[in-house]
Parts: sequence; structure tokens; C-alpha cells
Amino acid sequence: MTYIAKPKFHHPGLKKNELGYTHRDYEGKISTLCAGCGHDSITASIIEACYELSIEPHRVAKISGIGCSSKTPDYFLGNSHGFNSVHGRMPSVLTGANLANRDLIYLGVSGDGDSASIGFGQFAHSIRRGVNMTYIVENNGVYGLTKGQFSATADRGSKSKKGVTNTDNAIDLVAIALQLGATFVARSFSGDKGQLVPLIAAAIGHKGASFIDVISPCIAFNNHAGSTKSFDYVREHNDAVNRLDVLVGRDPIAVDYAPGTVQVVEQHDGSKIALRKIDADYDPHDRLGAQTFLAKHAAKGQIVTGLLYVDPDAEDLHEHLNTVETPLNTLEADTLCPGSAALDKINASLR
Amino acid sequence: MSDKKPISSVNDFVVRFANVNGSGSASANEMFARAILRHGVPVSPRNIFPSNIQGLPTWYEVRVTEDGHLGARGGVDMMVAMNPQTWDKDVAGIEPGGYLFYDSTKPMPSTKFRDDISVIGVPLTAIANSTYTDPRQRQLFKNIIYLGALSALLDMDPKLIEHLIGEQYKGKEKLLSSNVHALHLGRDWALQNLKCPIGLRVKKSDKVGDRIFIEGNSAAALGAVYGGATVCAWYPITPSSSVAEAFTAHCKKYRHDPETGKAKYAIVQGEDELASIGIVIGASWNGARAFTATSGPGISLMTEFIGLSYFAEIPAVIMNIQRAGPSTGMPTRTQQCDIIACAYASHGDTKHVLLFPEDPAEAFEFAAAAFDLAERLQTTIFLMLDLDIGMNHRLCRPLKWDDARQYDRGKIMTAEMLEEGRDFGRYLDVDGDGIPYRTYPGTHPTKGSYFTRGTSRDRYARYSEEGTVYADNMQRLVRKFETAQDLVPRPLQANAERPTKYGVIYFGSTSPAMDEAIGLLEARGHQLDRLRIRAFPFHSSVASFLAEHDFVYVVEQNRDSQLRQLIVNENGIDPVRLVPIVHYDGSPITARYIAKAIGDHQDHLKVTPLRKAVS
Repeated sequence: MTYIAKPKFHHPGLKKNELGYTHRDYEGKISTLCAGCGHDSITASIIEACYELSIEPHRVAKISGIGCSSKTPDYFLGNSHGFNSVHGRMPSVLTGANLANRDLIYLGVSGDGDSASIGFGQFAHSIRRGVNMTYIVENNGVYGLTKGQFSATADRGSKSKKGVTNTDNAIDLVAIALQLGATFVARSFSGDKGQLVPLIAAAIGHKGASFIDVISPCIAFNNHAGSTKSFDYVREHNDAVNRLDVLVGRDPIAVDYAPGTVQVVEQHDGSKIALRKIDADYDPHDRLGAQTFLAKHAAKGQIVTGLLYVDPDAEDLHEHLNTVETPLNTLEADTLCPGSAALDKINASLR
Repeated sequence: MSDKKPISSVNDFVVRFANVNGSGSASANEMFARAILRHGVPVSPRNIFPSNIQGLPTWYEVRVTEDGHLGARGGVDMMVAMNPQTWDKDVAGIEPGGYLFYDSTKPMPSTKFRDDISVIGVPLTAIANSTYTDPRQRQLFKNIIYLGALSALLDMDPKLIEHLIGEQYKGKEKLLSSNVHALHLGRDWALQNLKCPIGLRVKKSDKVGDRIFIEGNSAAALGAVYGGATVCAWYPITPSSSVAEAFTAHCKKYRHDPETGKAKYAIVQGEDELASIGIVIGASWNGARAFTATSGPGISLMTEFIGLSYFAEIPAVIMNIQRAGPSTGMPTRTQQCDIIACAYASHGDTKHVLLFPEDPAEAFEFAAAAFDLAERLQTTIFLMLDLDIGMNHRLCRPLKWDDARQYDRGKIMTAEMLEEGRDFGRYLDVDGDGIPYRTYPGTHPTKGSYFTRGTSRDRYARYSEEGTVYADNMQRLVRKFETAQDLVPRPLQANAERPTKYGVIYFGSTSPAMDEAIGLLEARGHQLDRLRIRAFPFHSSVASFLAEHDFVYVVEQNRDSQLRQLIVNENGIDPVRLVPIVHYDGSPITARYIAKAIGDHQDHLKVTPLRKAVS
């Protein structure tokens, strides 16, 4: 058995959120990933974000594909339903789940193999449909579970642990997400919890397709010299466009920051994102600007992190389809079935 | 001119229209079929079309059949030859004594005709060109002009056709009157210049009754509406696309909230079949009734997800409108060739429920039932249609719905049940039927959540690679499949008048041809008991039927006798006793074909006593 249940004991003085839940209520099973894996840091950030947002844990559906990253939904939100589906097919499964019940929060967890290779098409199409979801790619540039093959996000020229040099061009999922019309696009680093937690919280609050690419070094197969996804490399080449905080409701936290360096973005659900601007020229509402900014920095070998683009008035797939407010999975024969009288008329029209 | 007596037949003949794809002939031809129905005479039309939009040959065949034989008959009594490309083949295909109807505007050399048929020339182009100036009108009305001429030749009541035109162009007065005018142009020319009627005639009858005329795909889509499907994800593929299109049309009519105008359904055209089935699986996992419609190549792509549906026990409904395979095969030709592919779809040990409707009425019923079965059994249910049922109008009994019927949502553990302290194990067989309870995501704050996965797990959905735990689960899935046997539609048996040791098994679109073949075989002195299989897993009555007969013919429309393989495999019986009768050229199977194949085999089996043979 490779799963380990976590003991339920906790310190009686543990802080509680608005709903009275502690951190522990957002945890899952003990991770079976390698000690020090970047993915576990992302798991911790997801837990933190959900705790801070005071989300009811069972109102989240966690959906993933196959791979190390896709195993992680078992390690957070233990009271949520999770679905470890098919390699590269998380986006379609999530889309279907979202159509069935628009009232839940959908958290899609995927990896670079899952989303940039086998599932590249599904990644693209779920984004362009505007499915209301938080799509997190735990990006380590490598196939960890099958022991270290390059993935499609591995940079050209980077070296594998065995010393092989990658000759294929890399796919930048953030650039693609921007091009496909994602209405919330961000990048972060698993080791930067201060940046990642508010990004996840903001993405959950966003109504529409939110995409976060999280660079997450694989300590077993991609944390060596020559790798461009190692802790050291990312720390040295990281260029953050902004820092942000998510303000739930009327939390007065914004006053902590000096005016002029903070930009508050109100999202559709009423939550506010406070951007602590590092780059004074950066405008997160300009898709074209974001694309240019990203390309310019990529040319300099810099990895841009932070919230690159957000459209606070985004629409989601349900709005495009004009579906009823009531979740479709609660509708029964009385509202779905046209009945025998209508069928008699149909029969009559077919004679 | 003819050295063979012209065929003379009332309400029993086959007319075939040879047209060019995209020439607008389809609606005129369909009107011809409907007009005969309005005479109270059953018809069975079939589209024979290429995988193309414009320019290639297409045929429309109408079997006029007072006796109600709705299978394809084979042979053509009257050819309406409107396509020069296929002229030679079309003329050659006419039965001796049959009729050739053609556009005589341009003279044809006598070598292009046959001596043993009646040739009827009508200058369709000349009539159209002298009446209309617009090239498009000339083309479209030419079709209505030949319809008019045929009405005179076949002794049809023009009022009934006018009535149909009136229904079709209701509210479009100009189109209505111009169509009626074109009809009479053709009719009047024929009456003035030809001997009308010919030997083939339509006479008013009362054999249609309250039956309806509908395509199987449309009926299946309607079954999905009545069965409560709220999510449909699909990818265009012939011959299944019209299922999703019909579902869209039906939903627009019946599934919008009258007050808000909002949709009580969601339809997504996926980027491929993988996404389509993924959306279906995601929606069903989350408690909505969801389906996809596809054909063979789509099934191949979906198989990984189908395995997940089987192993993780997630409902799904897949409508497979079968076409001739393998690979791209013949996309616009019919076959029953995905039986094995669907029954055992996906890697590892899997088995899936298949439903075999015989016509649109059953397509409607089985489609609605498929959603109950999918949720009850928490697995994939295949609705196995084919192009012959799906894309042709078929006369069938009216669709019925019982307003007291509630959907069977299967074993769902609710928040209340969890509060009561019910033990929830996602893969725990509490009732001994192999079917566990499931919870919908978001049910309860602290109870009933679980992690769904395609990997092995124990009864409480905890990951496990223990051999005994894995085997325990696989055995329960076998139990569940046994439970399915008694939930799916049972086979229907019809016995011969006299006891016989010979039987025949058939299914799906073979049905009308088989029913007709029985008559032909009886006329040859062969008695056969019939069993129409309507679902897999096979009900125990299939094994009984096999035990009761020495030889059983299995009639199907594929090369490898796939249903027979499935029967042999699942019942562990001697294959010698199951005689394959297969038809797989892409055309629908005919009564003549079945009767000949079975009749010949029966003749071989029967040992004639020597004394009788020499006397």
C-alpha cells in the first residue's frame, strides 16, 4: 500500500478561518512523492489558498490526469471528491464535470507531460472554451514517474540528468494560454509560496479559464546543473512582474501597502486582487502587452512570474451555452422530459 | 420493342433514383416516398450516398411494399436515371421487364438502352428550360417535374402530393405555388404524351396505420431528450452527426426554460472523440446524464476512456452508428461491424453492455433506457445503431412515453444517508449484485468523498496494488455484469408453426429482412425458430435457444460473424452448431440474400432417402 492516511490529531490552538475550519481540514493524505519535491510545495500552497478563502472543502472538485503532478490531488482537500483520470485528458473530464454542476469549484491539476505533450490539444480547447476552472500545471520539464525523459516544456539546450541535450524547442504554456484567450494567466515558482498562494486564491476567485504555470523542480531527475527547471536556475532567472494579495470581502489588508505601488483589481465574484507592482510599466489587463513582455524576457533567458493577464469581466462556458442556473445534475424527469402529449404531437408530425 | 413482358405490379415494386450529389434531388425523392405513404401504402426508402458533398453519384431507392416488408429487397423495377456518369450500370441493374425513366432532351443512341425493358423518355431539361430562366430554378424544378411525370405513370393521386408540398412550404406562398406548377408541368406532359399508367401502380390502401416515418438517429436523439440527457459532447463523423444535430434541434424546442429562456442542457462539439467521451465521463461522474454519438473510428479513439468507465465505474452512454470498417472503410455504407470492438473495448479484462435496436422506435426506447442502465450499472452502455437504421426514414410504430415514468438514477448515497451513519465504500458490494453506491461530488462536508482513479483500489476506494484486493474487485465487476443480464432488453423469440431443430439468431437492422426471409424460407419448406437478440450480456434464454436447436444460423452484417463469435465465447458452446450467414458489402442485407443462404444450407443438410431420389 503506497497511500498513508494522516493522523487527525492537531494542536487545539490551531487558527480557524471564517467557516471555522483549520488548516488541517484542507489537507489530504500524506504525499508519496520524493522528499523535497516541488509539487508538495504547490500542494501546501493550494491548502493555504483554500484555507484563506474559507472555501468549504467538499465544494471543490479536484481533477487531474496522469503523472507525479496528477497524483497530488490525493494530498490536499481530503474531503473533496477527486478524479485521477486519463493521461492528458483532465481538461475534458473537468469540462464535463463543470457542465454537470456549475456550483462547485473546479481545480484541474496537471503536469507538463500531461498538458504540453499528450494532452496539448485538450489543454488548448478547454482554455479556448472558457471553462470556469483553475488549471494548474506543475511544470518540471521532465517525466518524473517514468524516470527522467524530457517533456515538451524542457528548454532547448538543457541537459538531462544522464547528460543528454534537448534539441527540441520548448512549449511555453503561458504564452499559449494567452494566445488562446485564457482570462487569467499567471506563472509562479513552487518555492515561492508568498507569490503562489495569492495567485491560486485569485485564480479560484476568477470566473473563467484561469491558468497557472508553476515551475516545480524535480529533485530526482531535473535539479542538476544544465537543467533550466532546477531550483537554482529558476531563482537566478526569475523576473516577477508583480506581487499580489487576494482580499476576500472587505478585508482591509490593502492599507498595508503604500499607495502608488498597489493596484486593486475587483473580480466578478467580488473578491479583490491587490497587485504590488514591481515593474511600474506592467499592465495586467493588456493581453497583447503581456504577450510582448513575455517574449522579450524569454529572449533574455528570463522566466517571468506573477499575474500576467486578467480580464475581471470574463464570461465562462455556461454563459456561452446559456445554461440554467440550477446545476444540470439536479434536474429530473419533471423538468427534462417533454412528456407524452408532446410525443403525440411529434408522432403526428411524422406521418 | 420489349422482348420481355413488362412487369405488372400494384403496390409492390422498387424504384431507384440515380442522381448527382448536390443537385437538389433529395427532397423531391423523399417527397415521392412520402406521397406513396399518403396513399396508405408502406414504403421503405434508402439513401445510397458517397462521402462527398457535390458531384458524385448518389441513389435513392424506394421500396413500395403493401405487405410492409421494410428491408431492402434487391433489384430495381424502375430506374429514374438522372446521372449520365452511372447510366450504364444503372440501366444494367434494371430487372428484366422493368422500366427506365430518363431525360430525353438529348437523344441517346439505341445501344444505350436494353431490349428487355420499357424505356420512358421525358424531355425534363427542355420543359424546365422553356419555363424557367434562372439556372438554379431550372435544376431544382427539374426534380419536381420528374416527380409529376412519375405520378402520372404510376397512377398516383396528385392531390396527395400537392398536400405534401403545401405542408413543406407552409407560409411560403410563392414557393408553394411554383412547386405545384412544376409538378403539373411534368404530370401533364406525361398524360399527354405517354401511355399512363404503366404496369407499376400505386393504389390507395390502408396498410400504413398509425405508423410514423422517422430516421433512427433522430429517434435516438429524441430518446436522449426523453431519457433526461443534459450533457452531449460529440465530434462530427458520418453517419452519426445527425444524432447530435437532432438532439440540438429537439433541445431547442423542448428544453428551454419558458421564463428565462435558459437551456436545460449543454452541448459541446469536442475537438475530437477523446474530448467528447472525456466530457461525458466528467459529467456523468458529477451526476448528469451524458452521452456521445460516434461511429467506428471514434470508438477506436475512445477505448481508453471506456476502460476507465468500466474500471472506475462511471456511467456513460455511447451511441455508435456503425459504418463499414476497418479504418476509414466505407464511411457512407452500412455494417454491423463493431460488435467485438464495443463488447470488449479497451485494454485489460473488460466487458460492456450493448443494446441492439431494430428500428427507430426501438432506437428511441433503448436510448432512453440506456441512461437508466448506465446509472444503475455505473458503466458504459452502447446503443448500437447502424447507418441503415440511423440515416434512413423508416416506417415504425409511434413513439410512446409513460408520464408516470421516473428516471432510475441508480445507487446514490445522499447526504441524509451519510448522516444516518451508513457505511460508504465506493466499491463495496452491499447488495450482492456487484453494484456499489456512489456519491456525487459536493455531497457532504466530511463524509462520502472519495478519490476516483483508473488504478487499482480497495472497496473503500483506497489505492492498492495487493493482488487479492485487485482480484476481489475484478470478481465483483463480473457479478455486476451478471446482474446486467436481467436488466437489459430480453431477446424476442418467434417459433415456426411446426417444431423444428433449426433456429436463426439475428439482431438490429437485419430485422425486417429476416422477417421477410422467414416467409420465403417457409415457401421453400424450411421451418425455423427465430431469436432476435436485443442486448449483450446475453440473457439465459439465448443459451436455452442454442440448446433446443441442432443448428442455429447467425445472420449478421459483417465479415467475421462477430455476434456468433461473441455467443460462442460467452456461452462456451461448440461453434460447429452455429452457422454464420454474413453480408458485408456495405449495402443493407436483403430477404433474398438470407433466404438463399439459409435455404441452400438447409438443402445440403437434408438427406433425401435414396428410394425417393431415384424414383
